[in-house]
Amino acid sequence: MSSPTAGAPTGGGRVDVPGTPIFDGATSRRGIRMNKMFMSLRTAEARERFTADEAGYCASFGLSAEQQRAVLDRDWQAMIDLGGSIFYVYKLAMMDGRSMQYLGGVFTGTSEEEFLAALRAGGRRG
Amino acid sequence: MAEVIWGLATSHVPSIGAAMDRGKTEDASWKDLFDGYAPARAWLAEHRPDVAIVIYNDHANGIDLDVVPTFAIGTSDHYDVADEGFGKRPVPDVVGHPELSLHLLESLVDEGFDLTVFQELDVDHGLTVPLSVWTPDPGEAWPCPVVPILVNVIQYPQPTAARCYALGQALGRAIASFPQDLKVGVLGTGGMSHQLAGARAGFINPEFDAMFMEAVETDPERLTALSRQDYVREAGSEGIEMIMWLVMRGAMRAEVTKVHSHYFVPASNTAAAVALFDNRAPATA
Repeated sequence: MSSPTAGAPTGGGRVDVPGTPIFDGATSRRGIRMNKMFMSLRTAEARERFTADEAGYCASFGLSAEQQRAVLDRDWQAMIDLGGSIFYVYKLAMMDGRSMQYLGGVFTGTSEEEFLAALRAGGRRG
Repeated sequence: MAEVIWGLATSHVPSIGAAMDRGKTEDASWKDLFDGYAPARAWLAEHRPDVAIVIYNDHANGIDLDVVPTFAIGTSDHYDVADEGFGKRPVPDVVGHPELSLHLLESLVDEGFDLTVFQELDVDHGLTVPLSVWTPDPGEAWPCPVVPILVNVIQYPQPTAARCYALGQALGRAIASFPQDLKVGVLGTGGMSHQLAGARAGFINPEFDAMFMEAVETDPERLTALSRQDYVREAGSEGIEMIMWLVMRGAMRAEVTKVHSHYFVPASNTAAAVALFDNRAPATA
């Protein structure tokens, strides 16, 4: 039986693919306060407090000024750039009634309709 | 001893669950996907296991980024369905199988897979959508108890494909050494190609998906040779979650019999697939 641990080729290494944000440890460190804030929005009570005072709510989670601005401006690309994980950012998008196809449109510079049409045509290539 | 009788690989896209929960499975945009599940569901209904092991990842619902376990296992007798933000899915909570969980944990740690232990865990769409793909109308309870095994596919560095396959092989040995005679179903979840963020959002790669679907049945070792870079480049930043299919596959025999597979684009932003494999020993002449 081969050892499950020692010396085998790892298939590891860093990832660098154009147009592809990699949510790595440094990114996660940068975004953790903001991502924790997004995760908190799972409860109705938290969503009410957020809606009543978005800036105050962000401040209570310790977001940086840049992150807070990105959240208040609904600058989805900036949220990703400032350490947001798409799965966490999506909590805020859902709250706003925005779909993953809307976000896809934002990230690719197209409309939600165009993005959805591209998916229905088999997806974007590249 | 316990025996793996089948493996079910399936996407876990939340909108698949939402389409079922909202009665939209006959809508034009969904019908082909759900029609594609029918043969697998019919076969599975005739081959009910005593326990299911679901390989999945959480999406900011049961766990957050305070702790990022590379591999983890639930050891509870009960897992609540997570409220992901707008109420729980209208599906049963999940009954666990702590005796099997603890046996698998001991066996896997002894083989060098040092899993994190969840004594409490809310399970999100990553686990419940595959259960719905299997059992669309569970009624009051899912068909059997479930052991959740979690894989970090969200934060780099994800485990390598080779390591996932090796975990699956150790899982297969752990299942075989469980003293009770149990029939076990193993679900590998996630995929197929998709990318949610970045200028390449919406990326789908049907050629890679077709290669993966074929190789996971006939030549899984080929898939363990692919690097993280290969998976992200060819399957998208979220498509890398297909490595969880390799945990399932590793737990199965070298030769499996495909019962059914189906591929569909798009489920939300994702290429979605189902692949069902019979793992019972071939009948001897």
